[in-house]
Amino acid sequence: MKKVVMQGNEAIARGAYEAGVKVAAAYPGTPSSEILRTLAEKYPEVYAEWSANEMVAVQVAGGASIAGVRAMASMKHVGLNVASDALMTFAYTGVKGGLVIVVADDPFSHSSQNEQDSRNWARFAKVPMLEPSDSQECKDFTKIAFEISEKFDTPVLIRSETRVSHSDSIVELGERVEPNIPIGLDPKEAPKYTMVPAYVRQRRIFVEERMKRLEEYADTFQYNVMEINDTRYGIISSGVSYLYAKEVFPDWSFLKLGMVWPLPKKLIEEFFKKVKKVAIVEELDPFLETEIRAMGFKIWHGKDVVPKMYELSPEKVEQALKGNKFKPPKIRFDTSNLPKRPPNLCPGCSHRPLFYALKKLGLFVFGDIGCYTLATSPPLEAIHTTICMGAGVGMAHGASKALGKEGPGKACAVLGDSTFLHAGIPPLMNVAYNKGNSTTIVLDNKTTAMTGHQEHPGSGYTARLEPTVAVNYEELGKALGVKSIRYVNPYNVKETMDIIREEVNKDEPSLIICKDSPCILLRRAKPLEKFKYRGYSVDEEKCRGCRVCLEINCPAISWIKQEGTTKDGHRRKGVSYINRDLCVGCSVCEQICKFEAIKPIEK
Amino acid sequence: MEKRDKVTNVFLSGVGGQGTILASNILAAVFSSAGYDVKKAEVHGMAQRGGDVTTHFRFGKKVYSPLIKFGDADYLLAFELLEGLRYINWVKDDGKIVLNNHKIYPPVVNLGEMEYPENIPDIFRRYFNGNVYVVEGVEIARRLGNIQAANVVLIGAFSNFFPEIKEELWIESIKSLIPERIQELNIKAFLEGRRALS
Repeated sequence: MKKVVMQGNEAIARGAYEAGVKVAAAYPGTPSSEILRTLAEKYPEVYAEWSANEMVAVQVAGGASIAGVRAMASMKHVGLNVASDALMTFAYTGVKGGLVIVVADDPFSHSSQNEQDSRNWARFAKVPMLEPSDSQECKDFTKIAFEISEKFDTPVLIRSETRVSHSDSIVELGERVEPNIPIGLDPKEAPKYTMVPAYVRQRRIFVEERMKRLEEYADTFQYNVMEINDTRYGIISSGVSYLYAKEVFPDWSFLKLGMVWPLPKKLIEEFFKKVKKVAIVEELDPFLETEIRAMGFKIWHGKDVVPKMYELSPEKVEQALKGNKFKPPKIRFDTSNLPKRPPNLCPGCSHRPLFYALKKLGLFVFGDIGCYTLATSPPLEAIHTTICMGAGVGMAHGASKALGKEGPGKACAVLGDSTFLHAGIPPLMNVAYNKGNSTTIVLDNKTTAMTGHQEHPGSGYTARLEPTVAVNYEELGKALGVKSIRYVNPYNVKETMDIIREEVNKDEPSLIICKDSPCILLRRAKPLEKFKYRGYSVDEEKCRGCRVCLEINCPAISWIKQEGTTKDGHRRKGVSYINRDLCVGCSVCEQICKFEAIKPIEK
Repeated sequence: MEKRDKVTNVFLSGVGGQGTILASNILAAVFSSAGYDVKKAEVHGMAQRGGDVTTHFRFGKKVYSPLIKFGDADYLLAFELLEGLRYINWVKDDGKIVLNNHKIYPPVVNLGEMEYPENIPDIFRRYFNGNVYVVEGVEIARRLGNIQAANVVLIGAFSNFFPEIKEELWIESIKSLIPERIQELNIKAFLEGRRALS
């Protein structure tokens, strides 16, 4: 068969395709987003949707499974927290068509609000979990996960992570084979799928028995592989950690676990018999270590030397196990003091003027998950909390109840359109119902921007880019009981500040919706057309070097130290400069310049 | 074709939006077509928004880790000078460095709070002598009509280190990864980069 270079996420999608999956659902989240995108773009045989959130995605996949087809849901680690309510009970009901849930962890929080280890979900939910280490395994493990799901009547978790999902390696392609399961719904199966107490207690027994059978299966599972080389030293590992360990200790013995829950007890026992000193190399939590210690084995090294936070790397594994014998490469040049380059809002981004307005108003901003977390960094520093999807809306209400009469005018909640639809509706309903007075601002940029422009129920398009209905935020707000609903054009800084000031001071719930503010990178929405000029430049005769234009942290604007005087005789220490390659003409700097020193460049 | 058994490590660095990922995709296509095992790792997500971006690319008979071991890079391919300097310690003593002679100021420099380091190519030359290659990637791409093609100019320069790989294979790989309307521009960019170092 043909061999191609594939990203881990693309390989998971390919595995689902080859396994005959009929229904796939997901909510985007780094590093998992390319799984559903690949299915939507490349494999028309698979129905693929962006669901409103991860919980819905698991419900959709679960329903499809019960109707008799193979189904998959995919999400990032924190997405499974949202979906966990569904997972914990689908673990009891089991499946008809294979049901696989892919969860992609993000050690080191490259693009996440925490660093949780999703292997704990497998133990908690009492379902099996597979962990691939490269793209070929991503494909193979996805396929076999569906077989395990049907054979053992269980949802199966696949745990990926940033360095698996976002690494590329060679994959051998196979054909699509659809399973032989009768499609249809059968009311007689209600006791299996209706988790009322009487039926729960029956399925509870099944869950424990299933776990026993899965433990036996783990001992024979073809991707739990023992490699006996030098028998003095051995490593038990899985996923990408195995690859790091194999890279630096190629001659040692290995027990590579393709299935990280349940664990293969007999195989582990055999490994300890064959190898003298056994170390456990795993990222994040001491998950394997805790279990293997509980089995009564004495391990040589584990989390006593292997870091329990951030991601591992070949040199970290080498250093951990070699200890004092590890010779780090020499540092020839000290790079620790070089200017850092954190990510930033794009030039022309509609979030920039909105957060500038919030900062100028002196508001405490309950933030959320999305590109706008970039407004946290200086000099904007205009977000004061980021917890989880939808949290800002609920927190702003809680804070306003705590502050009482002192509350109005102090704070607001801010979240993106996709985030609002994902988890912002119940807390906004809660504000209205409980007679709150907090203000919620929806930054509608018409897409799920940070994860790479995925569609959502407010964007007007499906995952396959078919036009569809779009949520009307104003009507939705009204229906939830919010009476004061306003629109702002964030590119008009003064008007935006005036409207927000009015709303936050009201003693009633407010909803503010940003309009005409699509993501600046979303070509479909033609975001540049509304700008009157193609760009702006600094009039050096007028610029006093006051640095006000730098407060918006636009990548196109810099300040050059250069003593001198303006044309009308004001002494200055430097001047601002606008990079024409980067400026898109949003006019925000022009609006805030006090000396009319920023001039348009005609289109 | 002569094959290298040992794994070769290429560290790519740049700024989000410069096309380091496309560049590494070209490398993966070329070396996998040449019969090597390949692995490549990068971080997406927040890194797309003007932050620093790194990609690890490895090829050889059999590659395990997707990440290069610190200090083990055979090549550093830097699309921006400061982003090159940031990873100077990743390179082996006898490693080779290709620098795009291009500066993009990070926010702290834009704000006038820190200075952009001067003479970065000279800092590299201090440690790597004749193994430092400076390419006018952006200038060449600008002359060809689109500064976005600077990444492919760099790939062209880098291709000189692998005389065993035929020019056609590079061009075919570029064609397979780039939309048709900008293929010609990018092939020109590749060839100009290739000439710039040969």
